[in-house]
Amino acid sequence: MNPALLLFSSSTLVHLSPVDLVIIVFYFALVLSIGFYLKGQANTGEDFFMAGREMTAWVAGLAFLSANLGSLELMGWAGNSYKYGILAAHWYWIGAIPSMLFLALVMMPFYYVCKTHSVPGYLKLRFGPGAQAISSISFAFMTVLMSGINMYAMAVVMKVVLGWNMHVSIWVSALTVAAYVALGGLRSAIFNEVLQFFLIWAGALLIPILGLIEAGGWAGLQAKILHNLTDLNVANPGSYTHLWSTLGHFNANPMGINWAGIVFGLGAVIAMGYWTTDFLVVQRVLAAKDLRSAELAPIIGAAFKMMVPLIVILPGLLGLALLRDPSTGGLIRLVPANIAWSDAGQAQGLHGYDEVLPLMLARYCGPGLLGLGITALIAGFMSGMAGNVSAFTTVVIYDIYGALINKNASDEKKVKLGRWWTILGVVISIGTAYLAAGAPSIMDYVQSLFSFFIAPLFGTVILGMLWKRATPAGGWTGLLAGTLSSIGMYTWVKLDANAVRYVALSMDAQDQAQNMFRALWCCLICIIVTVVVSYLTTPKPESELKDVVYGLTPIPKTEHKTIFHSPLFWGGVVFVIFVILQIIFW
Amino acid sequence: MKSGGHLSIWFFTGICLGVNGFLIFVTGIYETIHPPANKVVLFDLHANVWWGGILLVIGIIYSLKFSPARERKRMQIEGKS
Repeated sequence: MNPALLLFSSSTLVHLSPVDLVIIVFYFALVLSIGFYLKGQANTGEDFFMAGREMTAWVAGLAFLSANLGSLELMGWAGNSYKYGILAAHWYWIGAIPSMLFLALVMMPFYYVCKTHSVPGYLKLRFGPGAQAISSISFAFMTVLMSGINMYAMAVVMKVVLGWNMHVSIWVSALTVAAYVALGGLRSAIFNEVLQFFLIWAGALLIPILGLIEAGGWAGLQAKILHNLTDLNVANPGSYTHLWSTLGHFNANPMGINWAGIVFGLGAVIAMGYWTTDFLVVQRVLAAKDLRSAELAPIIGAAFKMMVPLIVILPGLLGLALLRDPSTGGLIRLVPANIAWSDAGQAQGLHGYDEVLPLMLARYCGPGLLGLGITALIAGFMSGMAGNVSAFTTVVIYDIYGALINKNASDEKKVKLGRWWTILGVVISIGTAYLAAGAPSIMDYVQSLFSFFIAPLFGTVILGMLWKRATPAGGWTGLLAGTLSSIGMYTWVKLDANAVRYVALSMDAQDQAQNMFRALWCCLICIIVTVVVSYLTTPKPESELKDVVYGLTPIPKTEHKTIFHSPLFWGGVVFVIFVILQIIFW
Repeated sequence: MKSGGHLSIWFFTGICLGVNGFLIFVTGIYETIHPPANKVVLFDLHANVWWGGILLVIGIIYSLKFSPARERKRMQIEGKS
């Protein structure tokens, strides 16, 4: 068979028209062009790894958000909102906004003043090489896994929607990302992330607009979901459209979680850990041109983050209300991916939770719009991949190679190695994409990773920034204990399902709820071990803690001409809107 | 913005939205005149016409506002001051 025809050999959900293909090809051409255009501006380490530290607040803020707005956000969370209802919006609101504002107004000054290249680099300044090594190795491991998951998610959507061969999708997208990041470094990744941000909104925003028109507005959507789920005998059908009112008991909502898991596990640990210490997102803010821009960037990101549920959560809820089989008119009930992708599931024409967004896209978008929607999904996948790969390369070069292998490497050599490690990172990611194919649900898998590495890291970083008594030995032992305890709890539950009652406090706890509680416990273990070991060991002299610890770091004062110039003011505005949203959807 | 030399990221964004908007708008007009046999849900709203039009207008505004010529002029002014 002609190789070109092999690409289209599977059954497809939709068929692309020539104009759709033109839109997709144009996108690939544009991102590669940007990479080639920026190649000449990535000659020094500062250029290649930190984008010259000259990004405006808007560019850094949109890239900050876009690096997180990968395939997992678009497909995984749309699938999760179908599975768990509006509870999934917690990951965008309490699971993001307070922590993004905390990063902007409390932590950013420390990162920015100490001029670190990475979060592990900060740990080296604060706790020494032990904490840096643990953090950088675990981060590098996590980023290539995440990158692979992004690739896998993209390949799934290409197969489901277009019938494209998954292997071809993985390799084409991976090579494109490798090309533009290896050519232009972080600057190229950031430029493309801003472009991808606009494409994602342009391609995905029509689904909630048209969906709400079809459903009869929010009230109509609520009524339809209640009606459909009651017909299907789903437990707690009313809880799918309420954020907080069903969190009093573990068994009163589809996630099997209570308010404490959401507030403390998600809001105080997972979210704080991810948005303030995950170098993938923090790297974008570190590329800001000055401290004010670095403080404003996460606030701009938070403002847009609050709106992302429109294009991610709402399509999942619309799927619950509106998806019907065109031939029979009966309700379509999506199922877990492992069932949908089994031979039996495929024979019955079942669809997985993560397919809800492409299904809604196919429902409303004709030629042209469909191409833009598919491009939005591809853009999301590629921004997520590029974010992971560029952060991976920086940590490998500065915190592993530069710190552990060759401390005297020249700037030129670091840039040259950076280009090669970008390509190598993509190749490793391709391997992990095939690993991800075995996971039952994409997002649950990723949340497990967060709780392994991110949650204890937050404990270490926040103690390091705010408590000058924390010692180097306390730092790395706490981090190690937190990480190992998280992996231990995960393994315990895998080996003995009854362990859920201890780890997540209830046998009703679903995967996401288990992740929240595991994160909470491992962060507490990290903090306790750090505190105990710190009191048993000798702290660093205060002279060595200048610029890395609260109280010993002079924060540059910025004169604001008006209140509208102040990051604190805009942070307050975003927080007030966040509170109002919680009340509206209570 | 200095980063990116004479070509601003907003210029690339404008080009991207403009080209996509134009293609979608023209396709929408064609479909309005020649409706397809298999219509999408809410086809009668002609989303591709107005959505394509919106993207096209935004794209044109961004492309002109951040065009290379304007960026060069702006950088010259910044350099002098």
